Amino acid sequence: MAYSTEDLAIMDSIIARYPRSRSAIMPLLHFVQSRVGFVDGEGIELIAKLLTLETAEVSAVATFYTQYKRKPVGEYHVGVCTNTLCAVMGGDAIFAGLKAHLGLENDGVTADGKVSLEHIECNAACDYAPVVMANWEFYDNQTVQSSKDLVDSMRQGDPKPPTRGPNTLVTWKEASAVLAGINDGKAHEGIQAGEPSLLGLKISKEGKK
Amino acid sequence: MTQLVPVLSAHWDEKDSFTIEAYTRHGGYKASQKALTMDPDAVIQMVKDSGLRGRGGAGFPTGMKWGFIPQGDNKDHYLVVNADESEPGTCKDTPLLMANPHVLIEGCIIACHAIRAKHAFIYIRGEVTHVVRRMNQAIEDAYKAGHLGNGVELVLHVGAGAYICGEETALLDSLEGFRGQPRLRPPFPAIAGLYARPTVVNNVESIASVPAIIANGAEWYQSMGTEKSKGTTLYSLSGHVNNPGQFEAPLGITLREILELSGGIRTGHTLKFWTPGGSSTPIFTQDHLDTPLDYEGVSAAGSMLGTKALQIFDETTCVVRAVLRWTEFYKHESCGKCTPCREGTWWLVQILRDLEAGKGTEADLAKLLDLCDNILGRSFCALGDGATSPITSSIKYFRDEYIAHITHGGCPFDPVASTLFVGVGA
Repeated sequence: MAYSTEDLAIMDSIIARYPRSRSAIMPLLHFVQSRVGFVDGEGIELIAKLLTLETAEVSAVATFYTQYKRKPVGEYHVGVCTNTLCAVMGGDAIFAGLKAHLGLENDGVTADGKVSLEHIECNAACDYAPVVMANWEFYDNQTVQSSKDLVDSMRQGDPKPPTRGPNTLVTWKEASAVLAGINDGKAHEGIQAGEPSLLGLKISKEGKK
Repeated sequence: MTQLVPVLSAHWDEKDSFTIEAYTRHGGYKASQKALTMDPDAVIQMVKDSGLRGRGGAGFPTGMKWGFIPQGDNKDHYLVVNADESEPGTCKDTPLLMANPHVLIEGCIIACHAIRAKHAFIYIRGEVTHVVRRMNQAIEDAYKAGHLGNGVELVLHVGAGAYICGEETALLDSLEGFRGQPRLRPPFPAIAGLYARPTVVNNVESIASVPAIIANGAEWYQSMGTEKSKGTTLYSLSGHVNNPGQFEAPLGITLREILELSGGIRTGHTLKFWTPGGSSTPIFTQDHLDTPLDYEGVSAAGSMLGTKALQIFDETTCVVRAVLRWTEFYKHESCGKCTPCREGTWWLVQILRDLEAGKGTEADLAKLLDLCDNILGRSFCALGDGATSPITSSIKYFRDEYIAHITHGGCPFDPVASTLFVGVGA
């Protein structure tokens, strides 16, 4: 794809955040994903040109980090935590359930391009286990059924909102733009904390009454 | 009975607590104003006197770390905040940043003043879109309000899914635009860190603790906790408990106390094993319910306080399955730089898979321990060391269960029984 003048200006502004330009590789890769959906050869070449690097140097970084995809993922990329705690609490059953429900293996994408599926590592929400992420937004306390309902809602084009996140689930490309540091104006949406995050505070206040 | 003392989490229950308005309503940005009128060395001394120690796992005294930065060297100094929270079980910085990103920004302003840095970076993991949004908006608002941009520039750097980047030198390489692999030390970051300049790398919770220390004084902070572990901290309770969540308490509280306060182990079940500070800290059992959860207490009992990630597993959980899964994680996240970790974690997974499937032998247990012996202390960074913790500690406490897999010809546990939705249907 061709990058617009506006895109190139954004990429320049990303580079300008850092004292040394090479530091901008990671946000630029997130930005390429926001435009293309994954990191393609053209994106690698463009970043190399902007940062005066060899394409091999950019590829070396792009292939090290699991969030950079080398082939298209779904409009909604679903990750099921199967690290120990979530797995034991139901993550393994959820992942198996979703694979069967969608007819996918790990890293697969549905034919309509709506949903892709992968198992992920601990996503720092263990007090909300089992956890499912979609475009890296939190879907807390999932069950096999609730996660099936979630992917069904995605395929119908009306995804259920995250439990701790914006009012609506943004697309993979839109989420990638946020990760590139672009403000989408949704920071104020959603709750400030879920119940588990507040439990200690609540108990402390009750004790003082 | 130790009481909970919410400091960091004191206002998380207010709607829109993450806004600059909410933060300033509770005295936010007053501590940084006060610190900026103080001599930088006096700020360092105050943090030293408070007894604050690193909350990212290692527990190094924060003020002392700041004091290592050479002064008058005419070089740029940097503050880098480690917000790459990825240690399995660890879930404290993420809710903190979701509910109150400004406390971290204010902490950065104070720390930059103390170490004479003009530039700070927050390295946040990339798998938390909404936390990135909140943090970015907070930085924008802090610039608009003039808290940032007048001597301190703050950049949010978003990672892309690599546990190793929580290791501070791998984090620096990643921030410089390279593959995130750890560096040889020395030189330590305080001498040659980001861009080979003197750099302090601190955990989110450590820096977020600083504004309250400046506002209330070192003595106030000192008055909480135990002899060598001062202040309050966030304990994250997860797993087979009736009520998981965040519990902010003085250091030294015990798991028994936290369980009593929160509602205990999942009803009808008993505690089997738990981690005091994430998967890299050797597991504990029922025998450690009264271990003081401070740096010294946990260490004396044979583990590490780590990130205070209390992952609780009841009697329905197969310890071999749990340990295999953690080991697969370390294998997946090994950066590949050093041989003991890259090759060693691969072999650990093979042997554990056989054991879990009932295809192992007792000789495999000895082989596992021998491999661990060749990884621990021989790896380039703590990732390799951490990979051995669950294995050696689980064989120490649950050797019989490994043997049972061998004699039973497979796993004797029903995985459904350990799920949250057992009995209620999925």
